[in-house]
Amino acid sequence: MSWIDIVILVVKCLVLALAATGLFAYFTLFERRTLARLQNRVGPNRAGPGGFLQPIADALKLFFKEDVVPAMADRWVYLLSPAFAVIPALIIWVVLPLGYWPDGQGGNLLQLASIDVGILYLLAVTSLGVYGIAIAGWASNNKYSMLGGVRASAQVISYELALGLGVLGVVMQAGSFRTEQIVEQQAGMWYIVPQFLGFVVFLIAATAEVVRAPFDLVEAEQELVGGYNTEYGSMKFALFFMSEYIKLVAMNAVAVTLFLGGWRFPGLFTLHSELIPMIGEPLANAVLGLLSLGAFMLKVALLSFVSVWVRATVPRVRYDQLMDLGWKVLLPMGLVNITVTAVLGVLLPDQPLVAAVVGFVIGAVVVVVASRRGPRPRREGVTLVKKPASS
Amino acid sequence: MLGELFKGLRTTLKYLFKKPVTVEYPEVKRPVRERFRGRHQLKRFANGMERCIGCALCAAACPADAILVIPAENDPARPNSPGERYAARYEINMLRCIFCGYCEDACPTNAIVLEHQYELSFYERKASVYTKEMLLVPPDQGHGEIPPVLEQLNRRPSPPAQIDL
Repeated sequence: MSWIDIVILVVKCLVLALAATGLFAYFTLFERRTLARLQNRVGPNRAGPGGFLQPIADALKLFFKEDVVPAMADRWVYLLSPAFAVIPALIIWVVLPLGYWPDGQGGNLLQLASIDVGILYLLAVTSLGVYGIAIAGWASNNKYSMLGGVRASAQVISYELALGLGVLGVVMQAGSFRTEQIVEQQAGMWYIVPQFLGFVVFLIAATAEVVRAPFDLVEAEQELVGGYNTEYGSMKFALFFMSEYIKLVAMNAVAVTLFLGGWRFPGLFTLHSELIPMIGEPLANAVLGLLSLGAFMLKVALLSFVSVWVRATVPRVRYDQLMDLGWKVLLPMGLVNITVTAVLGVLLPDQPLVAAVVGFVIGAVVVVVASRRGPRPRREGVTLVKKPASS
Repeated sequence: MLGELFKGLRTTLKYLFKKPVTVEYPEVKRPVRERFRGRHQLKRFANGMERCIGCALCAAACPADAILVIPAENDPARPNSPGERYAARYEINMLRCIFCGYCEDACPTNAIVLEHQYELSFYERKASVYTKEMLLVPPDQGHGEIPPVLEQLNRRPSPPAQIDL
């Protein structure tokens, strides 16, 4: 590896990090506008045309706020935890193939790192993010922050299992841990069909993993003031905010990569082979790269819209409901998914279409049955005062 | 559970295609009600004379002491108002005014009326005092005839009904 390769790598990393933060800024705008429309409001539309400059205004405001460190806080841990939160969120992106731009030597310009254990890396990094939250809650030396942090760790640990099981089905289907090979395998059919159950489990578990509504108990304002970030202000708060949103978009991107065919889009390669004689190979590759990146972004945007939509619709779950859902519904569903995938892989190894249809039907049936026969909410509730029987 | 989830999602999605109810204020202003009490106006008669005769009853009625009236004798050759006197200075402090409308009730000539303008904000305290020039309507926007009692000049009550506040 010569020095020029290192420079290129560093530039690529910078571009990716900046792109992720820029994406975060405009995702907040997208969310606020869409959420407002879903709630019969208009949303921020004053700064620039259609509110286009709102994220910049917000960032400027946060930059210029006073930086306060609570007197009783554990100073260094307190200052470090925003970084602990935001770095895992940023480095999720490196293993995702954001598009397909062949560089002529068998590589892909739109994937920063191609590692053998890409999926394991993803799982590891997404769960690392909770350290930032837990440390922030502890270092603030505030009861509410602490409770928020503790809740976060409990929640993320519970849902990590379901998340892993959801992903495992895809890994079994594709026979690889490499993200680009998983995308490669989805040429004929996206994995949402054979792995429908896995997709549902993954989507719900990912929402809980990034502590997003309706699983945002970590920052339940009514109970915990602001949650783990109560004591954080100015840019430190912005970093927590950023890590949350980057993680959300990154999880959607992972879902797209694993279940919705990644950067694949019908007709992309036909167009590519048509273009090669017309404009030459490098230019055709560039067109393919940009179009596949666009397709990937489109799918991520669709899933992000779904997250916003769900946030606008579903009220926050209670803590016991959260644990019930994680351990009694999603975990068994994930195990069923793995069993079905394994059995179908053995029984119908050379008929992928039949196996996919069977997998889809079984998945849909399991989802419906689980929603009907899942653990019922306890009716009696909590009894604070025993009433005498006669009165 | 699944049915309820989709029902909820459908309900929120429906609102995405509806027009928001928000009134975007500086561009769109909702009309106020007929009896809305906003900024005062000093009215005129149809012939362009000021209705205010400088009696300062409004100032006496004002519970917030927001009104200052300093009357003066009308020049018989070029009267400002029918009757003997007119308001030489007429000022309302909009920071004190509570928009109760008692001045309106007290006025014998219906000279002061709380109208519909409600955008009253100032960059400094002094700007909150609205002078007679700001409150008076243009001469061509008067209404109503002068009542006969105001035409009876030289029936000056003695001593002069000066109300000092």
